[in-house]
Amino acid sequence: MVTLGQYLIVSGLLFTIGFAGVLLRRNIIIIFMSLELMLNAANLSLVAFSRFRLTAAGMPDYNAQVFVFFVITVAAAEVAVGLAIIVALYRARQTTHVEDVSSLKF
Amino acid sequence: MSPILFWLFAFVMLVFGAAVVINRNPIASALSLVICFMGLSALFMSLDAFFIGIIQVLVYAGAVMVLFLFIIMLLDLRAEERRKINLVAVVGGAAVALALFVQIYSVVGQLSAANKPFPALASAKTDDVHSVGLLLFTNYNLPFQIIGVLVLVATIGVIVLSKRELR
Repeated sequence: MVTLGQYLIVSGLLFTIGFAGVLLRRNIIIIFMSLELMLNAANLSLVAFSRFRLTAAGMPDYNAQVFVFFVITVAAAEVAVGLAIIVALYRARQTTHVEDVSSLKF
Repeated sequence: MSPILFWLFAFVMLVFGAAVVINRNPIASALSLVICFMGLSALFMSLDAFFIGIIQVLVYAGAVMVLFLFIIMLLDLRAEERRKINLVAVVGGAAVALALFVQIYSVVGQLSAANKPFPALASAKTDDVHSVGLLLFTNYNLPFQIIGVLVLVATIGVIVLSKRELR
């Protein structure tokens, strides 16, 4: 049988991969993709909990799925704005490498 | 869902998720991300969340990844591939990520519900589009409208950011 813990571990592994991508990679587009991985790892554990904690009628708890729906919507808007910022950055500096853009670095 | 299929899809998702981070070529990373999201969508469907699984394929593998590939092609990033790797930063980053996973693992290990299998549903037929839609238009009506405003703001923001000269 597949248990709740196995889904949570898989979700944690996916989150860790995304986190490592944000920390390790210097290409801003790859960092952006890693952010998407982290958002989706959170979605997976939300859906797993939704299926695990049944309502009184014996159905999955759909509140979590509505929340996942909101997360996906916000992530799509975030990708559109973020990629527009990357295009504007590339126009100004001709780079997508985060170490070349350090004017705001403390 | 059978454990074999669960591990198969989890394996596909994690391998291609790692390929996103490891690949030096941004196009290969983006295509790996598509496969990763397909595996994730299969895991959603294994949890009886068919609506979320379909939305995952449509929104992520369809819309978002096309946007990523479009931007990668537009910027022509092939010149960025050759950079020397800072070994100290790589080892440090990997250690921090590993520490995070160890923490997640220990927290899940302490969770008493983690060893229990998923309870059976009351009926095999889940009408989840209906249920999610009903919740969306009753309990979550205000957040739903706020999301609409957010998408509008994002659209306007993208148009403003994409203008040729920013002042």
